[in-house]
Amino acid sequence: MARMKFLCDAERCIECNGCVTACKNENEVPWGVNRRRVVTINDGVVGAEKSISVACMHCSDAPCMAVCPVDCFYRTDDGVVLHDKDLCIGCGYCFYACPFGAPQFPQAGAFGLRGKMDKCTFCAGGPEVDRSATEFQKYGRNRLSEGKLPACAEMCSTKALLGGDGDVIADIYRERVLRRGRGSEVWGWGTAYGPGNPGGKPPAMPQQQPTGAKS
Amino acid sequence: MKGWIFLSILSLTLLGACGESEQVVVYKQGKYQGKPDAQAWANTPLSAEWRGGTWKAGDRASWEESIKNRQLAQHEHKRIYQ
Repeated sequence: MARMKFLCDAERCIECNGCVTACKNENEVPWGVNRRRVVTINDGVVGAEKSISVACMHCSDAPCMAVCPVDCFYRTDDGVVLHDKDLCIGCGYCFYACPFGAPQFPQAGAFGLRGKMDKCTFCAGGPEVDRSATEFQKYGRNRLSEGKLPACAEMCSTKALLGGDGDVIADIYRERVLRRGRGSEVWGWGTAYGPGNPGGKPPAMPQQQPTGAKS
Repeated sequence: MKGWIFLSILSLTLLGACGESEQVVVYKQGKYQGKPDAQAWANTPLSAEWRGGTWKAGDRASWEESIKNRQLAQHEHKRIYQ
């Protein structure tokens, strides 16, 4: 059984925001809502700047699902966490529970009224007829039903963002790290899901002296 | 008679103190209340030829094989050396 996950290689991400644009375009996400965004740390410091692309991580034990008062979340057989917008009351509990800031709320009227929650669907649509106009309007494109992967991962120019079955993309990432001999320290399977050995630590990051700031 | 009743109530009360009630609240996971969703593999593949290859509608194994091939297209080493 597939377990759909995203994995972003911080050694490769060049902060081009192509994934953000691809997501916006593919799903026609409204203004004020970003299902995906690129986060950069040590911005401007040469040698220490790292970027990762973040969206819903489709957690195996999703906190948004646990706190939802109307139980509008469900997990597909592929491990994709989706929700029913007809049931969502826009309370925002999921936003507070999510450690990745994935749930987004469009402004739905005057006085800052909060609309129904919107988040990354792993391009798997929602609980409407697959590939229908209603599904597209509410949840965006259902690429999985077309035999495709999420647009963000497929559009990534450096292939920093990988999307798909956790085991498959972990194998791709592992082979990549072995070939270049580094790069799993900042972000990767070991960091996200533990180093493997009880009490073990991820490999130490090589010491890099910042030489100066970019202009 | 009253003494016996009093003693039995007293003993039951004292025994009740020996009981151990659960101190931690156990929350029950909610169940999805929304509409049912169709499976990705239930759909017919599009007519165009895709990277992962085609699959048979309703056949989960063939869809998974197709999507796995598509995932492997993200592996540039394999893609280049093929």
